[in-house]
Amino acid sequence: MTRLAVPKTYKLYVGGKFPRSESGRTYEVFSAKGAFLANAAKASRKDARDAVVAARAAVSGWAGATGYNRGQVLYRIAELLEGRRAQFVDEITAAEGVSAAVANRQVDAAIDVWVWYAGWADKYVQVAGNGNPVSGPYFNISTPEATGVVAIVAPQDSSLLGFASVVAPALVSGNTVVVLASEKLPLSAISLSEVLATSDVPGGVVNVLTGVTDEVIPWLASHADVNALDLAGAGLLDWVGLQMTAADTLKRVLPPEDGVPAPSVERVTFFTETKTVWHTKALI
Amino acid sequence: MSFLEYAPAPESQSILHLQKSYGLFIDGEFVKGHGTPFSSISPANEEKIAEISTANAKDVDVAVAAARRAYERTWSKLSGADRGKYLFRIARLVQERARELAVAESLDNGKPIKESRDVDVPLVAAWFFYYAGWADKLDYAGLGPNPHALGVAAQVIPWNFPLLMLSWKIAPALAAGNTVVLKPAETTSLTALLFAEILQQAELPAGVVNIVTGAGETGSLLVNHPDVNKVAFTGSTAVGRAIAKSTAGTGKKITLELGGKAANIVFDDAPIDQAIEGIVNGIFFNQGHVCCAGSRLLVQENIQDEVVDRLKQRLSTLRLGDPLDKNTDIGAINSREQLDRIRLLSDLGEQEGAERWTSDCAIPEKGFWFAPTIFTNVSTSHRIARDEIFGPVLSVLSFRTPAEAIAKANNTPYGLSAGIWSDKGSKILAVADKLRAGVVWANTFNKFDPASPFGGYKESGYGREGGRHGLVAYLQSAGWSSTAGRAASTSESIETKPTRKSVKKEATK
Repeated sequence: MTRLAVPKTYKLYVGGKFPRSESGRTYEVFSAKGAFLANAAKASRKDARDAVVAARAAVSGWAGATGYNRGQVLYRIAELLEGRRAQFVDEITAAEGVSAAVANRQVDAAIDVWVWYAGWADKYVQVAGNGNPVSGPYFNISTPEATGVVAIVAPQDSSLLGFASVVAPALVSGNTVVVLASEKLPLSAISLSEVLATSDVPGGVVNVLTGVTDEVIPWLASHADVNALDLAGAGLLDWVGLQMTAADTLKRVLPPEDGVPAPSVERVTFFTETKTVWHTKALI
Repeated sequence: MSFLEYAPAPESQSILHLQKSYGLFIDGEFVKGHGTPFSSISPANEEKIAEISTANAKDVDVAVAAARRAYERTWSKLSGADRGKYLFRIARLVQERARELAVAESLDNGKPIKESRDVDVPLVAAWFFYYAGWADKLDYAGLGPNPHALGVAAQVIPWNFPLLMLSWKIAPALAAGNTVVLKPAETTSLTALLFAEILQQAELPAGVVNIVTGAGETGSLLVNHPDVNKVAFTGSTAVGRAIAKSTAGTGKKITLELGGKAANIVFDDAPIDQAIEGIVNGIFFNQGHVCCAGSRLLVQENIQDEVVDRLKQRLSTLRLGDPLDKNTDIGAINSREQLDRIRLLSDLGEQEGAERWTSDCAIPEKGFWFAPTIFTNVSTSHRIARDEIFGPVLSVLSFRTPAEAIAKANNTPYGLSAGIWSDKGSKILAVADKLRAGVVWANTFNKFDPASPFGGYKESGYGREGGRHGLVAYLQSAGWSSTAGRAASTSESIETKPTRKSVKKEATK
């Protein structure tokens, strides 16, 4: 007799914990070949709002950490991901219907994305900031800092790489995020949450919701305590309508992208605000 | 005659050679607008200065078409060095005609001549001079090699610093290689039209800068025109929201510089003499018509009485009156509409229980005036502590600890500016780190410089003006265009925007 496997219950990841949807709802996730994989949690408006509360509470600690510290925490994600490679290869193979080799390459790329962005945490300020030569006796410096809470729609057609490619850049400067995982490929996002929970990422810095994107994202687009919106994976939704909703609170909005966004420092700096500090110099 | 009374010392208006009526400036020439013209009046005496045209939809079309033509045929073909030379010329012409511009600004806007003469106009020249030098150095803007201009920029500016805001908009746009259609505020079109004459003297190619005058509707037609690629707006948060909404999905790159409710934080170890001057400058500069005005004074509790007493003393010495008088400190409120709003909010302040003190100064019979006013006993929930008043009205709140000061300062949907007064550098830097504001002035206030980025957090808008950041707002990198946005398939502007792939191909040529 073969051993009967113990399947995992996939839940949400909010505030460093793994709750079910408060609505009690789930939806079926199928493999590329149509086989049942899991009942994923179907997040509600309340779950989204809870996630924003958790994300907001985590901003001061995460944004207040040193760049060196954030860089190490992001690098640690890559380390742990490397150690759990097999699990992700299995998940991607089943969910996307690709070969193990292709799945391995996606895991490789996802690990490398975390490493690449980790290195930016203590550098993007130097690249995007400026000392300003003003005409007067003033010290004047412009530095970028985290925008705050960023709501993200992860790319729809990539289990792990898409998720990493939108979450990592937002975290670099100290933003906290509420991410809607790919609607039909949500499982790797939850497994990655287990990596985040056991690495050094403080609870609430990354909050992951699964469910029907179109149902949940309007609540995040209109939420007054969300500062920015990344619509990377919202290309098939009414994203213009979401952008219009976000305009009520003047959120910074990144429009949809085709596929998985390539690594770029612009993704880091887009979710920052430039602060310019003037200080008088004595006349001596 | 007390030491506070001065003989009148009005700046002569003979330097002005105004026309009775002004047209729109399109394609290098003044043309008649097709909307209903309106009068520009002096807010100091309500007398008509000139008749101004209104641009209707057809006029806006013509202006945008002229800008598009100039972009494609002339401006984008010029070298950066030559674009820069035009901007240097403009800077010099502004300097040469500085006094004329200052007098026109004070006449039309109501701001004291000492401010238009010593702050506004010199900064206008500095802005053009600064960005002139960028025009042939775009590779160093931070976007990698060969950054691209965006195309036609639609720019809408407010009435509080008419010519200065024009320079903030036009100088970086042209340096980056864009062409411009600019709409000045309805009540302050005059200096923009004098500036158009300067452009003619500079022989700037026709259509590179077009100026359309009119009210909000003209502005709305302009920013929503399908053939503009960039929208830059300075003004109210309500209009900023409307622009963010109406341009959603169009791929237009947007800069919004909106309202503010800045906290000016005074610690008990502050240099008090300087702080008093800074508080006065923070809220009474330009009659408080400043988006980054220090309208909420947060003063440490143990020095509150001293600071408020000294403020009242200082305010009693300010002279309110004729904007063209060289001794005037407080000029006229820009319009009756704005005066009504200031009165409304101030009355609300009293009704909600705050204590009102108003400087005892003579108010001229004609024109729009509001005496410097301080509210004490203000709580964070009062309208005068939350709403942007945009007038010479200061709300005083107190705090005990730095943490309380930070919490109160950040307790607003705005995030444009803040001030910190303390002699302790480490405290200043720690507090500055925690303030959610785009500009923080430490032991100074309301300082502006073309090299210094300016702009807000949260609902004070997005994008920066000034410095390298202000240049980037008018450029897109060769390799990445997400901030420029993705155009919805219905938008006509999609064809004019290089896609990521096409840009890459061009770059490798």
